[in-house]
Amino acid sequence: MKSTILQTASRYLLPILLLFSFFLLLRGHYFPGGGFVGGLVASIAFVLHSFAHGTNETMKILRYKPLSLIPIGLGISAFSMFMPAIFGLPVMTGLWLEHPIPVIGMIGTALLFDIGIYLVVIGVVLTILFTISLSSD
Amino acid sequence: MIDNQIIATVLVHLFIAILQLGFWRKTVPQRVLSIGGSFISLIFAIKLFTKVFNGDILIMHAANWEAPFGIVFVADLLSSTLVLLTAIAALAVSIFSATGIGRQRILYGYFPIFHFLVMGLNGAFLTGDIFNLYVFFEVIIISSFVLMTLGGRKAQLEGAVKYMAMNILASTFFLTGIGLLYGISGSLNMADLALIVPKIENRAIVDITATFFLIGFGIKSAIFPLYFWLPSSYHTPPSAVAAIFGGLLTKVGIYALFRVFTLIFIPNEFIRDLLLVLSILTILTGAFGALIKTNVRRLFSYLIVCHIGFMIGGLGMYSKLAILGAVFYLIHDIMVKTNLFLIAGLIRQMRGSMDMKKLGGLYAEYPKISLLIAIVLFSLAGIPPLSGFWPKIYLLQGAFENAHYLYAGALILGSFITLFVIAKFWSEVFWKKSPDPDTIEDKFKDLIGIRKIALILPICILAASSLYIGLNAEIIIQVADRISSEMLNTTPYIQAVLGK
Repeated sequence: MKSTILQTASRYLLPILLLFSFFLLLRGHYFPGGGFVGGLVASIAFVLHSFAHGTNETMKILRYKPLSLIPIGLGISAFSMFMPAIFGLPVMTGLWLEHPIPVIGMIGTALLFDIGIYLVVIGVVLTILFTISLSSD
Repeated sequence: MIDNQIIATVLVHLFIAILQLGFWRKTVPQRVLSIGGSFISLIFAIKLFTKVFNGDILIMHAANWEAPFGIVFVADLLSSTLVLLTAIAALAVSIFSATGIGRQRILYGYFPIFHFLVMGLNGAFLTGDIFNLYVFFEVIIISSFVLMTLGGRKAQLEGAVKYMAMNILASTFFLTGIGLLYGISGSLNMADLALIVPKIENRAIVDITATFFLIGFGIKSAIFPLYFWLPSSYHTPPSAVAAIFGGLLTKVGIYALFRVFTLIFIPNEFIRDLLLVLSILTILTGAFGALIKTNVRRLFSYLIVCHIGFMIGGLGMYSKLAILGAVFYLIHDIMVKTNLFLIAGLIRQMRGSMDMKKLGGLYAEYPKISLLIAIVLFSLAGIPPLSGFWPKIYLLQGAFENAHYLYAGALILGSFITLFVIAKFWSEVFWKKSPDPDTIEDKFKDLIGIRKIALILPICILAASSLYIGLNAEIIIQVADRISSEMLNTTPYIQAVLGK
């Protein structure tokens, strides 16, 4: 689909949507949002870009295969689950920093877990969509 | 006692699977990781077993939320024994898979999914929360769907459709049962439920809930009349996959039945009779089904169904001796059934066929391997003093003690038919001369040494475990005896979990 309006718009929308997805990711622990929704919004940003410019262009700006995000994300989530065991607590216990960090707020293993989910969702959605669109070309 | 070591086996398999996903499309690192990881998990399982065997029931409050509010992992002797057996079977299957699974399947993620499956199995055995049990069942069946369909041959997809339909139905029954149970009791922790459920006055609704669990787990463990999905799907995936399915997947259903019906719903007269009738019918249909099959793996699938009946009957009699026999049979069955399907895979490598009519002459060509296989077959048939013999003694004693002569008859008939089928299998596949020697595709002969070892070693490991179970039955009886006392007297379990 070649449309100048869409192409120009998607160029501006990509960073905005990515920022919005980060916002959703960070507020997820106490408010609506979280890794899953954030990941979906981020992958939609790339999907929109691939609609406007073609899948190959989007693969170029991603640099790495989206498939490689899946083990990284899973690894981060699994590590956040395992981390309390290092401190001698039962696994999956929530660990938190003592003081909140400006803008972001409280940081704990829950956020690490959400970041993992975020990456897995982007990896899975983009892998599925890119595979379909490349095989249908 | 709080201990992170309980879920070490779960974590090991999770991390292996993640690492293997990182090595996507690289087959050699995936194989090495799989065998190494399964070995580490075996060490953890042995440590857990010895700790529980020499001490008390161990528990772990996940996320430090105390039971009954959080999810609790419990390692009592039944759970830790099953975790140990799972670890042995998983090690054997992962070694076998290194050669027995085609390169294409490994490229499309066979190994990570296999380890997710084993993780689910370990989790299901260890969890002390009924909803968490459901979640681990879902992990198991989703992984098994992938393993079943990976490769995408027509026969495979056909089997997978039946498998998937029945298993989703089973999960729905299970989930509905959990919903009802939560509605009447307000708790999901199994130990807590064990205290609440006997006090509920409306017994009719408790019985209905119990029936939902019975149907759900019954489908999963292939009890009559809901067994038909098993023989029509287990012969389609590669043998290594069928081995883990046949050895462990149906046994998770049995484990769940044992757990739920000894801890939460103490079976009343009606449920006991129902279990006994179902077990007799399961034994008979499985045995007669096995009589007429000529495909090796279909035959083994019917034998699984037949022997599931033995264990359900042990639960149905609900006496100390009978449960001891059923638990012993479970221990024996996991080792032998896993091995049977690996043997089927080996025969396929040697002959390129699974049809008994086309097979033959293996004893003349491979005498040593045939003798190894004979040990396994004798254990299965229950020739004294091998492993299948002892549990049947206890089951028979239990049946006579409680005057369940019909079950005793079915048990004896089932054992005889098993013996007959195994004898037929032996003479057809090993002794008979090969019908047309020119059409044989012997891939096994051309394999290099290490690959041959990778196919034979797992069968040796499992055969050695079977031999140990048979020849050192005293220890296994001691374990089974303690497990059955724990099952009949659940106070220590409840005390360990709830701390009161």
